[in-house]
Amino acid sequence: MSMTHHAEPAVTTPPASGPQQTDGRTTRRPLALRLLARPEVGVFLGALAVWVFFLITAPPVREAASMANILYQSSTIGIMALPVALLMIGGEFDLSAGVAVITSALTASMLSYQLTMNVWVGVIAALVVSLGIGMFNGWMLVKTGLPSFLVTLGTFLILQGVNLAVTKLITGNVATDDISDMDGFDQAKKIFASSFEIGGVQVKITIVWWLVFAALATWVLLRTKYGNWIFAVGGNKESARAVGVPVTFTKISLFMLVGFGAWFVGMHQLFSFNTVQSGEGVGQELIYIAAAVIGGCLLTGGAGSAIGPVFGAFMFGMVQQGIVYAGWNPDWFKAFLGVMLLGAVLINLWVQRTATRR
Amino acid sequence: MDSSSPRSRRIVPVVALAAAVALTVAGCSSSSGGKKSDESADGASAGKASTPQMTVALITHQSPGDTFWDIVRKGAEAAAAKDNVKLVYSADPSAGGQANLVQNAIDQKVDGIAITLAKPDALKDVVAKANAAKIPVVGLNSGVSEWQKLGLLQFFGQDETVAGEALGKRLNSAGAKKAVCVIQEQGNIGLTQRCDGVKKTFSGTTEVLYVNGTDMPSVKSTITAKLTQDKAIDYVVTLGAPFALTAGQSVSDAGSKAKVATFDLNKDLTSAISKGTVDFAVDQQPYLQGYLAVDSLWLYKNNGNYMGGGEAPVLTGPAFVDKSNVDAVAAFAAKGTR
Repeated sequence: MSMTHHAEPAVTTPPASGPQQTDGRTTRRPLALRLLARPEVGVFLGALAVWVFFLITAPPVREAASMANILYQSSTIGIMALPVALLMIGGEFDLSAGVAVITSALTASMLSYQLTMNVWVGVIAALVVSLGIGMFNGWMLVKTGLPSFLVTLGTFLILQGVNLAVTKLITGNVATDDISDMDGFDQAKKIFASSFEIGGVQVKITIVWWLVFAALATWVLLRTKYGNWIFAVGGNKESARAVGVPVTFTKISLFMLVGFGAWFVGMHQLFSFNTVQSGEGVGQELIYIAAAVIGGCLLTGGAGSAIGPVFGAFMFGMVQQGIVYAGWNPDWFKAFLGVMLLGAVLINLWVQRTATRR
Repeated sequence: MDSSSPRSRRIVPVVALAAAVALTVAGCSSSSGGKKSDESADGASAGKASTPQMTVALITHQSPGDTFWDIVRKGAEAAAAKDNVKLVYSADPSAGGQANLVQNAIDQKVDGIAITLAKPDALKDVVAKANAAKIPVVGLNSGVSEWQKLGLLQFFGQDETVAGEALGKRLNSAGAKKAVCVIQEQGNIGLTQRCDGVKKTFSGTTEVLYVNGTDMPSVKSTITAKLTQDKAIDYVVTLGAPFALTAGQSVSDAGSKAKVATFDLNKDLTSAISKGTVDFAVDQQPYLQGYLAVDSLWLYKNNGNYMGGGEAPVLTGPAFVDKSNVDAVAAFAAKGTR
């Protein structure tokens, strides 16, 4: 849908196609091209286009409260899309990320309820479990050399079954018990699921966390040694190892980072809705991956950014809620989302090719 | 190439963490809520029949983790315990998978089969095979208009359309003008029939809204968005108890005055009804469906009985639960049986 925005730079490219005329290493390429080489530019323009489009077609979107609602939906996707994107830049992906969120919430809820403990006990235990799942994924991958598709598909199925079976075994039901009257709940809710007011609009705290995490991830990726390692192991594992990058550590820690994200979103769901249903979360992993891919992260690894997936998640939230705000027939939602995904990936591909051509 | 030193370095934080957890566990019990405050709740029990043990297969189209099916299964288990029945439960949301499970039960030569008919056409052949093998088959939950055509003995459930119609009428008497019917699973026939039923009898406008049922935050923001987009909506109708509770949050997020009505119950919902965040629920008594399905097969084998005379379905709903009767239901819902 935002193809039109990219038509202009394409016209200005012809001079760049004569590589032999000057020493290619020192020429300053046009500003537009240098901008386009950033992986997040395609998705930024796409998100902008979608936003403007719904501003025009859906009047309620113009209200600040609606924007807060859209950003809330985006943030719950976006917080997970960040570590998923880093993992993808590191050359792997995680199919268990969706159900892992529910595993974390179930652990926290059932542990504190069954033992009648302060909910923080459950929250910490859930963090340990989530990091453990990430560590298991990474360890399996590194030790066996299997593709991440197989390893995390296995974990996905295991967690899906365990979520249901253990919940049933412990609570006797397929959903957890309400923990909202327990010690520490209000405190935890403040951190994971509260909202505050800006100019009369209720803003959910997850939006703040989302942006904080995005800033943190950007800094790590662009300014730290660890960030370089991520790009290196995603680009070429063997040459990364040859120049001294700790490949095993980087891969396992990236999976654990996804575990951390799953924990955080899981805690949000638990403290926002008081109970958790064991069957939830299935299919969410694909939405996180899609947000990262729309955000300019290559499925093959080695390229991407942390800010791109922020726009990717925003695009998801915007389209999903925009269709409702516009009052359109929601039957088409998934189809529309699919078209958008393909469109965004094509734009990214085209932008990358244009920008890297000399 | 891994030497042992990095491994031992890794063990230190793990031990520290375990110790920290142990300490926290020891010192941080909650003074309110939790399991301790809930009395131990056992299901109904009514002794045990002295008839020889028979095997019954209960095969549903449940998808994993749905609170509703859990209650059906509990009812079936209660009847099985009472009737000296060995209950074999299995489920598959896909029609082909469910048909395979029925075939499996026939091969095992069970004494009775109870099935749900969410996709009756796909089960036609395999039910005929069961009949040919002289295994009695009863239906429950879905398929109220097809069970007889397929040659089932009897049927226990609610007509989804009738339940929807009952809810629509109730909205009329509440003076509602515009309702939004929230479907959590796109393409599910039973859910669509409920909304169609509402639309049929409700004299105001009914709109359908699809939400992603596996992701609660998105359910919440989508309902909020709908309430913002259309301020005229005065009733949100959900098709499952967990979604009604979330819809209550959306109503307050959107600053809307809409009320929430729902199909199906669970224990958190009964407290929401007594608090007034949910107006009322239409209950189809899933426990009764599971219980009667098993019990009827036992009666048929031991006394040749047909419930509903083999002609009419035995309706288990719709029963309304609102502020006036919620207290009577709440105790049973807390046990997860209502």
